[in-house]
Amino acid sequence: MSESSENGRRDFLKKGALGVTLAAWGQLVFSCSHSGHEHVAEEQGDIVKVLTPDGQLVEVDRSHLKHVHHVHPVTYEETREGVPGKKFVMVIDLARCTNARKCVSACQKMHHLPPDREWLTVKLMKDSEDGAPYWFPKTCFHCDNPPCVKVCPVDATFKRDDGLVLVDNTRCIGCKFCMTACPYSTRVFNWGEPGVPADMKTHFSSAESSIPGQVGTVEKCDFCPDMARMGKLPDCVTACPNGAFFFGDQNEDIVTNGSETFRFSELIAERSAYRYGEDLGTKPRVYYLPPAGRIEPAEKSLEEMPEERRKLYEDML
Amino acid sequence: MMKTAELNKKQTAILQALGAQLEKPGMLYRLWVALLLVLILAGTYGLYRQILIGHVVTGMRDNVVWGYYIANFIYFIGVSYGAAMLAAILYYFKVPWGRPIVRIAALVAFITGIIGPVFILLCIGRFDRLHYLFIHARVQSPITWDVMVISTYLVGITVFTYLLLIKDFAILRDTSLLELSSWRRKLYTALSLRYKGTDEQEGQIDHSTKSMAFIMVPKVILAFAVLSWIFGMTLRPSWNSTIFGPAYVISSVAAGIGLIIGLMWVYRRLYGLEEYITGLHFRNMAFILVILVAAFGYFTFSEYITNWYSSGKWESAVTAKVLSFKEFGWAFHLANLFAIVLPIVIIAIPRFRTPNIIALLSLLLVVAMWVRRYLTVVPPLETPLLPVQDARPEFVHYSATWVEWALVLAGAATFFIFFTLAPKLISVIPISDYDKETR
Repeated sequence: MSESSENGRRDFLKKGALGVTLAAWGQLVFSCSHSGHEHVAEEQGDIVKVLTPDGQLVEVDRSHLKHVHHVHPVTYEETREGVPGKKFVMVIDLARCTNARKCVSACQKMHHLPPDREWLTVKLMKDSEDGAPYWFPKTCFHCDNPPCVKVCPVDATFKRDDGLVLVDNTRCIGCKFCMTACPYSTRVFNWGEPGVPADMKTHFSSAESSIPGQVGTVEKCDFCPDMARMGKLPDCVTACPNGAFFFGDQNEDIVTNGSETFRFSELIAERSAYRYGEDLGTKPRVYYLPPAGRIEPAEKSLEEMPEERRKLYEDML
Repeated sequence: MMKTAELNKKQTAILQALGAQLEKPGMLYRLWVALLLVLILAGTYGLYRQILIGHVVTGMRDNVVWGYYIANFIYFIGVSYGAAMLAAILYYFKVPWGRPIVRIAALVAFITGIIGPVFILLCIGRFDRLHYLFIHARVQSPITWDVMVISTYLVGITVFTYLLLIKDFAILRDTSLLELSSWRRKLYTALSLRYKGTDEQEGQIDHSTKSMAFIMVPKVILAFAVLSWIFGMTLRPSWNSTIFGPAYVISSVAAGIGLIIGLMWVYRRLYGLEEYITGLHFRNMAFILVILVAAFGYFTFSEYITNWYSSGKWESAVTAKVLSFKEFGWAFHLANLFAIVLPIVIIAIPRFRTPNIIALLSLLLVVAMWVRRYLTVVPPLETPLLPVQDARPEFVHYSATWVEWALVLAGAATFFIFFTLAPKLISVIPISDYDKETR
């Protein structure tokens, strides 16, 4: 292995580990908010220690913590070309998914999405009549032969060299052709005003963060490229209590869920990984490890959920 | 005296018939126009709401991202292509019985060709970025191909329709048989482009019109093909099928002919044109209609039987949805009854081939074909590959809102208002086409 790629791998691991350290708060960066900011909650007397960007450890009341979406400013060309030298890939271990939905809530929070606009969904699946049901987290598959990119008339959705399929929501005209073309129903549309928090409206926006959302445009799971650019893992990966999501770089042949790291090629070979809808020829970049030996039967999550929600999955049972 | 002022007996008769068209409109006519204007206004208000609030005012949601608008778009633009094809073929081959039909067909093609694309615009989330279709055009996208073919088609059909009218504008400019107000004379003068009917002018205009008719046929086939590829090239069951294009072409031409027959019937009754639009015209149009719907019936059967028999999971799910009486079954079977079975069975019986019955059949067919368009768009979108599992009913099943209804009705009202007002300006029967009659 060449030195540069070895370094790259170490770098990736190191940065990945840093990400995990920070992950006590779901890998989010917090800043102390001062009075004068909107929505200041009353102090609860719950003091937490926070590391400031200049390395000082300070104590603040939890109510002053405010989520800040930290982004790396990138040029337009950079967002179009991707992170140099990378080929991002995801592996999802279906045996570990218990429908805890922490990935979903982390994703919603990270991207400032309202509860009804999910980029990441967890489906209940069953492969055959007599088979057992299992939970199936569905991200965008960032296909290597993306049907959505093919049909876009204005180059708003595009495929990058690092494997990601992104949407430029300042370019999208909202024809929704990509939504009909995607066989995995990955894309969501801003049917009304997206309801972006006031302080996010002036936020640095690029196709790498898709924040703030724009009415009348398409958006979707983007594998958090702004995080990847900083060497951090996507929020869904770090939020999963079971470590079901593995994210990494195919060029380096490494995937990690934050605490465990595998050789990508070995993992998918040993665990007989498959890609969803392989027969459609879309060549997804998300690999699924079959739900054999599940850590918890899918029924457990179903039993715990309220009756009206359980109804949604009736067709699968 | 100019040639355009010399008319033969037949032409004089048509001009006198035109007098009836130009009469001051009665109460019923005014009420009808008022109703249409109200519908158009309601649609405009709906559009205003949609622009103001977003597409959330429609029934479309993730999964069913295309609804009434796209169904209406492919319906109207298909009718336009169909009518243009008929007009071009009848004109090019100088089909003797086609004379009074070419003009109506061209006008249908012209106006539906304008109404159709409006509906694709209604379905676009960002009106303000429409110009991106040109400045950021990507040639890989079937939408870009469609933008190219539709815009060139619209130029083509506008030129063709106009060429068909110039001679009549000149006749109306020069006639002394009708009392025409001065603004009308001025308008006809402008529109007739100084056409005086000299041999040279006539030769040029006939040659141009014939060339346009010749160009329109492949143009229409290309436009049809590209539009059907928007669906056909998409990875969705029942869209991603090779028969999509042919079935769409055949049924659209049939719907176009249905509309033309309807207009022939209305104009004939309203303006006493029984002498020009005869039972023969209705019968001939009906025969074309029967051949087309028979082919459409065959394509429909072929598509559904192959999908059903081969039991592919995704295809079967859509087929089951369309056939099930709990979902789209009634709409599908009734549409097939009125668009395919009824025309074939009834026109097969000679004594039923009367203008009234043919017009009634056409009316049913025109509506039924719209239902088939709806069934082309919505059921495949309601059947994604992965289970929907959504608590919100509007994300599972599509149901149009008042905004969509208002705009669809406004589209229909625009069609009707055009054909209500057009006879106030030009003769339904092309006067100039009867110039070779004996004097």
